[in-house]
Amino acid sequence: MNTSRFDAVFATLVLGAVILWFAPAGMGRYGTYVLSLWLVTAVAVMGLNLTLGIAGLKSLAQAAFMGIGAYATALLTTKAGIGWLPAFAISGALCFAVGLLLGFPALRVKAHYLAFVTLAFSTLVWLVLRNEQWLTGGVFGISNIPRPMIFGIKTDNALPFHRFVVVVTLLLALVLWWLVRSPWGRAFLALRENPVRAASLGVNIRAYTLLAFAIGSAYAGFAGALYAPLVEFIDPSPFQLSASFFLLLMVVAGGSGYQLGPFVGALLGVVLPEWLRFTGGLYLIIFAAIVIGLLIACPQGVLGLLERGWIAVRRRPVGSNPPIKETV
Amino acid sequence: MATVLEVEGVRKQFGGITAVDGVSFTVEEGEILGIIGPNGCGKSTLFNCILGQLAPTAGRIRLDGMDVTGMNPEQMNRRGVSRTFQLLQVFPELSVRENLILAGQEHQGTMLSRLFGARDAGLTAAADRMIGFFRLQHLADTRAGGLSYGQQKLLDAAMAFMAGPRLVLLDEPAGGVNLTMLGDLKERLKVMNAEAGATFVVIEHNMDFVMSLCTRVVVMAEGKVLAVGTPAEVRANPAVIEAYLGH
Repeated sequence: MNTSRFDAVFATLVLGAVILWFAPAGMGRYGTYVLSLWLVTAVAVMGLNLTLGIAGLKSLAQAAFMGIGAYATALLTTKAGIGWLPAFAISGALCFAVGLLLGFPALRVKAHYLAFVTLAFSTLVWLVLRNEQWLTGGVFGISNIPRPMIFGIKTDNALPFHRFVVVVTLLLALVLWWLVRSPWGRAFLALRENPVRAASLGVNIRAYTLLAFAIGSAYAGFAGALYAPLVEFIDPSPFQLSASFFLLLMVVAGGSGYQLGPFVGALLGVVLPEWLRFTGGLYLIIFAAIVIGLLIACPQGVLGLLERGWIAVRRRPVGSNPPIKETV
Repeated sequence: MATVLEVEGVRKQFGGITAVDGVSFTVEEGEILGIIGPNGCGKSTLFNCILGQLAPTAGRIRLDGMDVTGMNPEQMNRRGVSRTFQLLQVFPELSVRENLILAGQEHQGTMLSRLFGARDAGLTAAADRMIGFFRLQHLADTRAGGLSYGQQKLLDAAMAFMAGPRLVLLDEPAGGVNLTMLGDLKERLKVMNAEAGATFVVIEHNMDFVMSLCTRVVVMAEGKVLAVGTPAEVRANPAVIEAYLGH
């Protein structure tokens, strides 16, 4: 195995965090908000990248899990008066537990059917968020979600909160980076590549399937826990089924299975539409055209394209094989 | 010699079709048992019943005298039974070495110790020994999906041996492998059998391969056992000749 490439991922994550720590200088409130939103979205995409990109389990509920995390954090910090850190941990744990339960159908049904199960779950969560007013506030949502106080430092303003998001995102990305490199990561890949063969090699398909699903869902919960204080007001609309599809698109567009793919995907999904706003009403059409064009040119996403380029530049020895998809 | 595997009256029905019809045989420790028979005679279905990929309609499977009927493939593997597949079954996006580490890692420690332990579960050296044994050194870091068919067959076999199994079921290891590679494979299997003391059951169509590799042969036809004996005995058996050459 090529250790240097793994370290490149690690170095990119740390370097990226340092750059993003300072990036908002002179960007103003809104620019800083968009940067933070990009990272928060990337956390949710990271989780889906584990479930779908690495373990190959098709889930259409990532935004629903993000909603569970966001509402849990919002309720805990506004109504229960709990600090953000425990609320963050509870949000992740809750999504892990629900992901574990939702993972059970994944053991019985394959491919499209699992997608249908998660699709139904997604709709169910949205209905609960919208209709159970006593808990969720229905369509009026929950407002005045406080921004966290970390080690006595207030993050009420855009810049300190952005830096806080940078640190949390970095930590979450590093944990996942380490997980994917561990034997567990290899077993997750085995689920995607060839579950029948994996079982014949003693891989506990049941346990790894549930874990991939639950960990991926927990990341959506973590993303939700960051999202709630970022926007300070939540309602059910950002957690609809269409948002789950959008997160799925970011996984694929960034490069499914690539460790840095979620950041690129979320950049395309969150920041690109902002950059295209100057085109007025056309921006969504242009955005869609760019994504379609990208996926036609490179089904492996942006990072797949970069890797192909890199391999071509390095000129691999004669008789070598087609580009290795860097998945671990 | 101790009996490793005991197959007793195994039957498998798919609707109205009986693919395996009351098959019984035993596998003794250290032997290489061949299973031959015309296409569609139920050899692979029998394998799948033994390994828990399919549940047999009737009959028992015993491993070291213990009833293992109905266990799943993963449980069978943990009891030291591994297999190769008729159709290619490697992990195409992983390198050859990673394929082998994966093949061994679930036999090391517990799930928790694997999560917090070494990335390679301490198996890089063992994987490299296996790579050397099957002479795949130059391909160790190559993506498995980029290997030739024969090379993938070798890797498939190597993976089956990674966890030091007691019993290996090989489903058509020679199918689609070119002649040079075939000699290699046979020789490697013989060494593995002699040195590691692994017991083999081999399904094969290639008669020369079976007859020169196996110590005993089970001949199947239409889901039933037609004959059992040494290669020379079954070759001389009139029922076998008829099954192969037609009426």
